[in-house]
Amino acid sequence: MSQWNNFSKGFFKENAVFTLLLGMCPTLGVTSSAIDGLGMGLATTFVLVMSNLVVALIKDFIPDKVRIPSFIVVIATFVTIVEMTMQAYVPALFDSLGLFIPLIVVNCLVLGRAEAFASKNNLGSSIVDGLGMGLGFSMALTMLGSIRELLGSGKLFGAIIYPEDYGMLVFVLAPGAFIALGYLIAFINQVKKEA
Amino acid sequence: MEYVLIVISAIFVNNIVLSQFLGICPFLGVSKKISTGIGMTGAVTFVMVIATIVTFFLQKAVLDPFGVGYLQTISFILVIASLVQLVEIILKKVSPPLYQALGVFLPLITTNCAILGVAIMTIQKDFNIVESVVFAIANAIGFGLALITFAGIREQLDLMDIPKGMKGTPIALVVAGLLALAFMGFAGIV
Repeated sequence: MSQWNNFSKGFFKENAVFTLLLGMCPTLGVTSSAIDGLGMGLATTFVLVMSNLVVALIKDFIPDKVRIPSFIVVIATFVTIVEMTMQAYVPALFDSLGLFIPLIVVNCLVLGRAEAFASKNNLGSSIVDGLGMGLGFSMALTMLGSIRELLGSGKLFGAIIYPEDYGMLVFVLAPGAFIALGYLIAFINQVKKEA
Repeated sequence: MEYVLIVISAIFVNNIVLSQFLGICPFLGVSKKISTGIGMTGAVTFVMVIATIVTFFLQKAVLDPFGVGYLQTISFILVIASLVQLVEIILKKVSPPLYQALGVFLPLITTNCAILGVAIMTIQKDFNIVESVVFAIANAIGFGLALITFAGIREQLDLMDIPKGMKGTPIALVVAGLLALAFMGFAGIV
């Protein structure tokens, strides 16, 4: 039961985007379409799970003073793996995510979980925590991406819902990201209060 | 002329925070007061310029000649992390007043994606060293402009009567959106 709580807290109670406000740069930067948001979310999930796994394994061998740089090296290694894999197998997604793939390194969510959770808990819980947090993050990004894509260009995951001419272009552009996320967080807060 | 274009495009047209979405964490986190906003801007400017110079030479002198470009991410972030530590130590020794002003912000900067973002962008855009420095300074100014403007608005916002559900983060994000909308007016200048 406690593992289930570990897993599910990432979706709602401690959702990275809606509650903890971590990882805001990719949240706003790559969510102009649902598919980009999902891709970014899954890439981050992979890095999060793997770095949590390694950190949980090596936590007893790292002196306390150099733990942050060590965590960063672990994270950067997995980010490089993701970067090269995506470049090879999904070049289109790689191009549209662009700069934000190497920037997963400085996503506060990944380092935050390594520091706050994986360095204090055992292997199993750390993996479950990484998976839950990562999928919660993916969910948030996909939601925001879907809203922006639907309002901005009349599509959902690339499928046309209504003609693009009726879309509000601003939602695809930068200002729409901030505004859509603002209202989404207000909405989630309201739902949480009633629940 | 070329440099003017780089500066204007980095500050206004492609503002690092409001149109490139880099450095959002400090933008939302330390923008409650103008004074902290100014401190953060100073620290970011300082580290961004030094980091860009160091990573530039790292790329040209080590990564390119040895053909290990795939180590870019990992080496850049290590350089930035150690640089921030170094700057902190030197500043503490050399200029205590400056350390007093910037000190609390320095550790936060390691995970500021604007620094790593600008370092990578200079390499991607294939700038020479002078252009890189100009680009880094302009981006730091752009960051400061957005952060301090936003902090000014948020100070006023505290006095406003905001609907209960929108208080805090939601209204801050909507304000940031309007600010970004205003900055879109600069599109087309360059």
